[in-house]
Amino acid sequence: MKDRVRKLRERSVRTKPYITPERAVLITEFYAGDGASQSASTPGRRALALRYLLEHKQIFIDDGELIVGERGPAPKAVPTYPEICCHSLQDLEILNSRKKTPFAVDEETRRIYEKKIIPFWKGKSIREMIFGRMSEEWKAAYEAGVFTEFLEQRAPGHTVLDNKIYGKGMLDFKKDIKKSIRSLDFLDDPDASKKMEELKAMEIAADALIRYAERHAEKAREMLKKEKDPARRKELEKVADVCSRVPANAPRDFWEALQCYWFVHLGVITELNPWDSFNPGRLDQHLYPFYKEGLERGTLTKEKAKELLELFWIKFNNQPAPPKVGVTAEESSTYNDFALINTGGVKADGSDGVNELSYLILDVVEEMRLIQPGSMVQISKKTPDSFLKKAVEVIREGFGQPSVFNTDAIIQELLRQGKSIEDARNGGASGCVETGAFGKESYILTGYFNLSKVLEITLNNGLDPRTERRIGLETGDPSEFGSFDELVNAFERQLNYFVDVKIRGNNIIERLYAEHLPTPFLSLLICDCISNGKDYSDGGARYNTNYIQGVGLGTITDSLTAIRHEVFDGKNVKMKELLKTLHANFDGQENLRQILLNKTPKYGNDDDYADDIMRTVFEIYYCAVDGKPNTKGGCHRINLLPTTVHVYFGKVLGATPDGRKAGEPVSEGVSPVQGADRKGPTAVIKSVSKIDHLRTGGTLLNQKFAPELLEDEQGVDKLGHLIRTYFKLDGHHIQFNVINAETLRDAQRHPEKYTDLLVRVAGYSDYFVDLSTELQNEIIKRTEHKSF
Amino acid sequence: MSVNRKLCDLCGKCACVCPTDALVMVGRAVTADEILREIEKDITFYDESGGGVTFSGGEPLMQPNFLNAVLEGCRKRNIRTALDTCGFASWETVDGIKDKVDLFLYDIKTMDDRTHRKYTGVSNELILRNFERLAENGSKISVRFPIIPGVNDDAENVTRMAEFALSHGVKQVCLLPYHRAGIEKYRSLNRAYRLEDVQSPSDKKMELIKEKLITVGLDVRIGGG
Repeated sequence: MKDRVRKLRERSVRTKPYITPERAVLITEFYAGDGASQSASTPGRRALALRYLLEHKQIFIDDGELIVGERGPAPKAVPTYPEICCHSLQDLEILNSRKKTPFAVDEETRRIYEKKIIPFWKGKSIREMIFGRMSEEWKAAYEAGVFTEFLEQRAPGHTVLDNKIYGKGMLDFKKDIKKSIRSLDFLDDPDASKKMEELKAMEIAADALIRYAERHAEKAREMLKKEKDPARRKELEKVADVCSRVPANAPRDFWEALQCYWFVHLGVITELNPWDSFNPGRLDQHLYPFYKEGLERGTLTKEKAKELLELFWIKFNNQPAPPKVGVTAEESSTYNDFALINTGGVKADGSDGVNELSYLILDVVEEMRLIQPGSMVQISKKTPDSFLKKAVEVIREGFGQPSVFNTDAIIQELLRQGKSIEDARNGGASGCVETGAFGKESYILTGYFNLSKVLEITLNNGLDPRTERRIGLETGDPSEFGSFDELVNAFERQLNYFVDVKIRGNNIIERLYAEHLPTPFLSLLICDCISNGKDYSDGGARYNTNYIQGVGLGTITDSLTAIRHEVFDGKNVKMKELLKTLHANFDGQENLRQILLNKTPKYGNDDDYADDIMRTVFEIYYCAVDGKPNTKGGCHRINLLPTTVHVYFGKVLGATPDGRKAGEPVSEGVSPVQGADRKGPTAVIKSVSKIDHLRTGGTLLNQKFAPELLEDEQGVDKLGHLIRTYFKLDGHHIQFNVINAETLRDAQRHPEKYTDLLVRVAGYSDYFVDLSTELQNEIIKRTEHKSF
Repeated sequence: MSVNRKLCDLCGKCACVCPTDALVMVGRAVTADEILREIEKDITFYDESGGGVTFSGGEPLMQPNFLNAVLEGCRKRNIRTALDTCGFASWETVDGIKDKVDLFLYDIKTMDDRTHRKYTGVSNELILRNFERLAENGSKISVRFPIIPGVNDDAENVTRMAEFALSHGVKQVCLLPYHRAGIEKYRSLNRAYRLEDVQSPSDKKMELIKEKLITVGLDVRIGGG
């Protein structure tokens, strides 16, 4: 790592996130002042607002920086978006003082909020509009924790860029916009006028970004006047040169390409606070032509390319996810804003996409060890083993990157949803694991769905035992059910009801964003918003998908399995008795709880008794959601991922029939319940493969390993084989948590949570919890030496 | 909790009703078909990795008929097989399965017959003889050589093992560092563990032995994974 990189990285890692009122002040000035009257249309005003922000925000260039631009006035200064969520003084205090993911808020910021921001935005934010328009049924379900709402504090985003900005500058986009304006048909198209306003807004937004870049060029020239160091002078000259070139024009070299993307990125995350920030997507594919040409012409070295990439990485880490409060903070409790750099995969013609840059990016990932940006490798059946091996070597370092995705599955998922083969091959995964047609699709996650909560409500005949409100359908008293199928049918009806409540809400919220907070800048970047003359949030994109993310597949499966096994098949316990025990949170019934934990089949062991029930649940959820229309010409789909919501969903859930006590987390992603898988990783892979991944838009599987398992060549090869096998079985994604000594100590204290934890003992592997304390201590000692 | 072994008739009912699995039956009766169904579940992993099934123990040669049936089944399904054995069985038994096994993982604990008798209770003559015959037969063999400090890690024994393997055309050797993971097992079986005082060999010691064996032409790995 170069000295320059080390210093900037250290600053980025060391600086604690804090709130800057800069954006809130500027956006308030704009809307309160005469700026807003300069356009009669909403998209026009939004574009002018962006121009105002980019024209007036502070420009920051740090010592030694080559890639420049910050969302706030300095690294880790996090802006707010009062037009979406206007934080109260109390919110600011919570942000300032909470233990997890705090944001420092100084006195000055609080004063500005009290005097200027809150008085102007209170009652006008989209968050307030959303909660004001949701039905009683929706609110009851939301408060009970049946589902969450993604768009109550953050704007629709969930999209990734393709290669278009590397061949076209903003000036070229303006030409496209003009062409689209010229072709408007005011005679036969009743929407022509609306389209005109949107397109004009895109034009303003394009100019706003050009001006923003120019301001960086001006700043660099200003710094040049005072700079004495000849080497730094040369760099600042180059920075100024690059910033006056891109993004107005298409980039000509590697450096310009990275800077160009970075300005575009800042434009998107300044316009609004879209989920998953934004993301360059297939970076090795986009940059390779510049890299190759630079090396051939002698204008770039591998080392320089690496340095520029590392500086680019730091820029992402400088921008923590915007602050979240309430349920949204619980479901996504992290500074990570989910930019996920894709490497590998296939090219548009279907051939293998791995190139030298793919390897170089993995080197960068390994050296940088930052939480942002995230990185992943796409592995197709054509991907060479050497690339997979390289990825595994980085994985075994134990900092959780890169995650591993199945390109062939992603392509089939996209094709099933009706994307063209080229768009599918150019796609990938973003956020956590979400499949998307990069540069062409709006794929909005709308909220998590608590599968086990629906079972709890079913078991209580429509009543939520926690809030003691009747929030669901009366599907019958379960102790009267004569068969397991009757219970499954009741669960299905209940689930359909809540999914419908959620979708009705989604379709209202979607219109609120389309009408009140269009995003002309993001729109000009995503096909085919320009040619359609439509906003990204209003169905302008080529593909428009909404997701509802199912959570806790393991917990719901094991719960239903336990009921089937103990109540209906085994007749060991009566339903009435079981329900009473659950209400009492197993108080005085530890014996029954242990039987449920240890003597009933569990998902994750390649046992069809449980896995068939998982398939049933999947099918019910899939049928409830898939294909239901949204308001943008697309429809709803499912995916299965949790971020951190499995903790929140567990908190609102009473004891469950699988032996889980009230308040404990539910299972995450498609992984088995923590500790329920006892037959090793191959059995997990087999169980999880019984999900029809290809009918989802992404599933998440976590696996835990101790570093010793991956110590030698053989270990690396074995992990590679495990990944290849999972992918042969159509698995979508897998990530590896290489555990550290701290985790092992926790496993000693709470063995029940870690029954699945494999460790390398001595030339063989064993379950950690099965080892004697003496041996456990020895392994902890060893792990301490070998991890970080 | 402890089990009164004198009264135990291995009926397993205690484990069956123990809700926390604090008592478990180790081992259960299965048919060859049941085992084959379990093996089949992982075929896709064997295909991908070039791996297969390893029969270990206990000592699989203690159940020759059962072993034979499962090996036959694997053969039919094109699944590669390895047999992890101490080699202590009649030649008749070994002869019966030798051509159905793709790889023998063959323990050689010590070349010295007296030491062998002392620690295992039997002579190593039959073991070494079986090894020779398997080698003559052309079976693929990988030697598993445990390194137990103070018992079999002396230079002479290591050299003799190497000469023996090489003289029969066997080059692959896995050096297995002695570990103490068995202590817990002995304890739960209420049996005395008689090597309490023996510690695992150091990494350095293992490397030294490995290097020495490589110089005489063996293909050596530390660990058996």
